[in-house]
Amino acid sequence: MSLQKEDVEKIAHLARISLTEADIPLYTQNLSNILALVEQMNSVDTTGIIPMAHPLDATARLRPDIVTEVNQREHFQQNAPQTQAGLYLVPKVIE
Amino acid sequence: MHKKTLLELSQTLRKREISSVELTRYFLSRIERYDSQLNSFITITPELALQQAQLADDSYKAGTADLLTGIPLAHKDIFCTLGVKTSCGSKMLDNFIAPYNATVVEKCQAAGMVMLGKTNMDEFAMGSSNETSYYGAVKNPWDTAAVPGGSSGGSAAAVAAGIAPIATGTDTGGSIRQPAALCGLTGLKPTYGTVSRYGMIAFASSLDQGGPIAKTAEDAALLLNVMTGFDQRDSTSLDRPTEDYTAHLQRDIKGLKIGLPKEYFGEGLDHEVAKVLEAAIKELEQAGASLHEIHLPNTHLAVPVYYIIAPAECSSNLSRYDGVRFGYRCENPKDLIDMYKRSRGEAFGAEVKRRIMIGTYALSAGYYDAYYLKAQQLRRLISNDFQQAFQQVDVILGPTSPSVAFNLGEKANDPVTMYLSDIYTIATNLAGIPALSIPAGFVNQRPVGLQLLGNYFSEARLLNIAHQYQQRTDWHQQKPQGFA
Repeated sequence: MSLQKEDVEKIAHLARISLTEADIPLYTQNLSNILALVEQMNSVDTTGIIPMAHPLDATARLRPDIVTEVNQREHFQQNAPQTQAGLYLVPKVIE
Repeated sequence: MHKKTLLELSQTLRKREISSVELTRYFLSRIERYDSQLNSFITITPELALQQAQLADDSYKAGTADLLTGIPLAHKDIFCTLGVKTSCGSKMLDNFIAPYNATVVEKCQAAGMVMLGKTNMDEFAMGSSNETSYYGAVKNPWDTAAVPGGSSGGSAAAVAAGIAPIATGTDTGGSIRQPAALCGLTGLKPTYGTVSRYGMIAFASSLDQGGPIAKTAEDAALLLNVMTGFDQRDSTSLDRPTEDYTAHLQRDIKGLKIGLPKEYFGEGLDHEVAKVLEAAIKELEQAGASLHEIHLPNTHLAVPVYYIIAPAECSSNLSRYDGVRFGYRCENPKDLIDMYKRSRGEAFGAEVKRRIMIGTYALSAGYYDAYYLKAQQLRRLISNDFQQAFQQVDVILGPTSPSVAFNLGEKANDPVTMYLSDIYTIATNLAGIPALSIPAGFVNQRPVGLQLLGNYFSEARLLNIAHQYQQRTDWHQQKPQGFA
């Protein structure tokens, strides 16, 4: 599987990662090499094999639907880049 | 003092030959003296350490001290520590002060242990050499031209140089065992679900597992006793009765059936490393174990499968770093998308970007079945290999790493070569079984690691075998020069 420059640009966009123009050729090569390594998976017929999502095939544990957390907004927002009146600020989304 | 095992330190404290405050100062001064050569710590927390040490001394006076009370340790900087920077080796979290403690950190604190600081690591635990850290590479105490392994390279270097008595690590594809091997230490990855992942910054959630990096199997067992246990706050934590991992250390290993997978001793394994392992295998045979050739026919698929599953899970987990609620935000974003893209583009390193992009690609519309689903199917085949093997043998023995520590920079520019160095450790994470690495000798003055793999919940048995081996050999007692 060999990726083109446009593929990498599309993947980077989906992943919300900006790449510099100068870096794209190297990423194109790196990602193509990794996908070539992964190609080996196709050498095995896996028809009918149940995918393994959890090592012990355990299912997610449920808990009673009750409030267990206390509000720590001020504490958590100390790590926020920008807040105002307890809200997270981001660049304008709606004109 | 830095050569003592945890039990020896515990006895010294109990007899009041030294106080925890003195012991803590001793290790803090060793960090100050030696860490400039190693770069094994990202953050040192002397004030907090001395406060915790004082509390430990108080509990000795009050007669309420536990076995490990007052003993210092270092935490990998992937574990959240309340009020202390928790960077995960990334520029993204360079300004992140964790607002809560990871369960592992809380448990160590509750046991009275003293945190010296947070150790360096590959960025978001993605790497096998510790060279992807935003804070610079860590050096191997055995040879500062060599890598310590990764991703828990800072923890391994710190323990190997005796600037911390013991440390925590995490292992997603070998990140405890490989650095332990490359630094001449004992490192254990427990059964998936045994150690809580709460507050352990997520990389690949179905593979990540915390564990100890220690000088001896006995030390590893003692810290494992503290680290394990059911945790409601981790949805994949296993609700099992607690276990004493030191209980079987003294058992002799007569009659133990050891499986030697043909696939682990073939092409790709360094000849000198193979010779060291042969000698170790003979030693175990003399101790009463029997050897059996086994097959793990899907071994060659482990690396390809891992490099779909781990990146897929990482691309999902790392989507939380968006510059909104915490972590790095770029300057003057022109709109929301620009803020996401530049914050992530500027703050993630190249290896993290590669893995996020591979994962994003594998999970994108039209590719999911061909990559992620296929990988999950092959994961079952890899797991089945182990289950078939454990019907014939008690444990599996192999190398931890195909070679001894390589030089800094040697593999840094070729991701695929770097990935292949994890060939012997990755399959255990896919299967979720426990495995440990112990020192078994040297090649060119660099340590060789021997790996033991067991079935689910066989940690005590693996530690028993490791301990018995360490009773008959002194590889684990060798110390690197220059850190006296």
